[in-house]
Amino acid sequence: MSIQEILEKLKARFEGISFELVETKVDPFIKVPAKNIAEVAAFLKEDESLAFDSLMCLSGVDYPNTLVVVYHLFSFKHGHKLVLKVETPRDNPSVPTVENVWRTANWHEREAFDMFGIHFENHSDLRRILCPDDWEGYPLRKDYKTQEFYHGIRVEVAEPPDPLYEAKQKSKVDKAAKPTGTSATKAAKPDSKATTEKKAE
Amino acid sequence: MLETADLLKEGIKEELKSDEMLLNMGPQHPSTHGVLRLVLRTDGEVVKEAVPHIGYLHRCFEKHAENVTYPQVIPYTDRMDYVGSMNNALGYVIAVEKLMGIKVPERAEYIRVIVAELNRIASHLLAFGTYGLDIGAFTPFMHAFRDREKILDLFEEASGARLLYNYPRIGGVAKDVPPGWLEKTRAFIDYFKPKIKEYNDLLTFNKIFIERTANVGVLPLDLAISYGVTGPNLRGSGMKWDLRRNDPYSIYDRFEFDIPVGTGEMGTVGDCWDRYWVRIREMGESIKIIRQALDQIPAGEVMAPEGLKAIKPPKGEVYVRTETPRGELGYYLISDGSQQPYRLKVRSPCFTAMSVFHEIARGGMIADMVAIVGSLDIVLGEIDR
Repeated sequence: MSIQEILEKLKARFEGISFELVETKVDPFIKVPAKNIAEVAAFLKEDESLAFDSLMCLSGVDYPNTLVVVYHLFSFKHGHKLVLKVETPRDNPSVPTVENVWRTANWHEREAFDMFGIHFENHSDLRRILCPDDWEGYPLRKDYKTQEFYHGIRVEVAEPPDPLYEAKQKSKVDKAAKPTGTSATKAAKPDSKATTEKKAE
Repeated sequence: MLETADLLKEGIKEELKSDEMLLNMGPQHPSTHGVLRLVLRTDGEVVKEAVPHIGYLHRCFEKHAENVTYPQVIPYTDRMDYVGSMNNALGYVIAVEKLMGIKVPERAEYIRVIVAELNRIASHLLAFGTYGLDIGAFTPFMHAFRDREKILDLFEEASGARLLYNYPRIGGVAKDVPPGWLEKTRAFIDYFKPKIKEYNDLLTFNKIFIERTANVGVLPLDLAISYGVTGPNLRGSGMKWDLRRNDPYSIYDRFEFDIPVGTGEMGTVGDCWDRYWVRIREMGESIKIIRQALDQIPAGEVMAPEGLKAIKPPKGEVYVRTETPRGELGYYLISDGSQQPYRLKVRSPCFTAMSVFHEIARGGMIADMVAIVGSLDIVLGEIDR
């Protein structure tokens, strides 16, 4: 079933809810209001013609103004896929749990809580899962600052190396080499030889 | 199993009163395949509740990925499931290629399939060897590692590394395989095929092994689907489902192979023995795929021209899932048009397999915990990421 047909079915079933279809190049998705996600999820699973019996993945995403929970659904019965997105404000983010629909959600929601601080309403066991229980802050938020001490131990954070370092160095060399042509590279060679000789001594 | 538990309880009630005890298994226990802590609430030998605690190997993979360029993510993917590195990296590069619309050269696709299937055999050999070890059979481990060593030698020749390869790259593979490598691979699969019978004689049909694993840790199919259990664990519960066949990626639609499923031959469908038996038979299927790939592989380039330039996918997002030795590995990749991923979420097959553990462990014996953890074939590096 195509995403348009699924959207029509959802619109017919939930009249008061505004769904929004967003077309992207690879995976189109449907935006669902946060407060309705649990009932929409239950319908998607129960309806015979949709039968989304598997939650492949549940992920949190931190966009500049909002936190988003993304649901990747799949139906073993019909072999179709669906992507749902739910937006929630960055301060006091809260989304109803879908744990009762797909049990996979239990641990995945705990992970989203751990990493983004998204609160899942009515979750049976909302604890941190990967970080220690008393860790401060939510590591995958873009504005995350590592805490200075953990149980009296200094948390060492190394300055991350510039990922584009190599590319920048390369373009520097290219720029330096271009105006003078080959002579610049020739001039560089004796230098490097000299240093290796020094080291050998 | 429950019957024994009930009998024990009946006996205990009349004779003496027993207290429940909390028992920590792990985090450093030889059978936990990494650092996993299981808190068991036990009544005598019977486990009433098992709560897994994970995160000891958490290395912030997803945060790292946001701070490096697209090609620099590949070594990190290797380190998630460090016994199936080729498959991990393969899923990631396919995700980036799908986002960028890169067409990978034919020869590179075939090399990827060959190394991925070799890695599947190596990973299943490790699962087979250590599972015997967990349950108390030492010899199968030596046989498994003797043959796994030969695969690692092949990988070393192709990629330069024995465990963490960084070999599949965005747009193709790092470099073409050395001369004579394909012949060596063919010699290996000819050598390896009869070895599977040897494993079966050693362990699979061993009476003690069957007693320890059949009817233990039964995972019913509906529970497996609800918990998102995939791969050999799902197939062990009787579902004929393999992404290589049912949702093909790369060039897997060109190959003939069977999908082994659990049938409850020794006990109940979805018990530890079924999951184990699926893995053993899958090694035979991987050999079939490698043989076909070796017959068909063309000459030519191993890198698409786009892969040699700076990798800058257009704005957008993609979810790609591939079949690794442990099940469905998903990459959810969001690009904002720069050279670094905006968000990379990994859907780990071991993570979901571990989440079902408390359901199938309930009511078992303490010694069964080792058998169940081993039969799920988890790698903690991938659960914790």
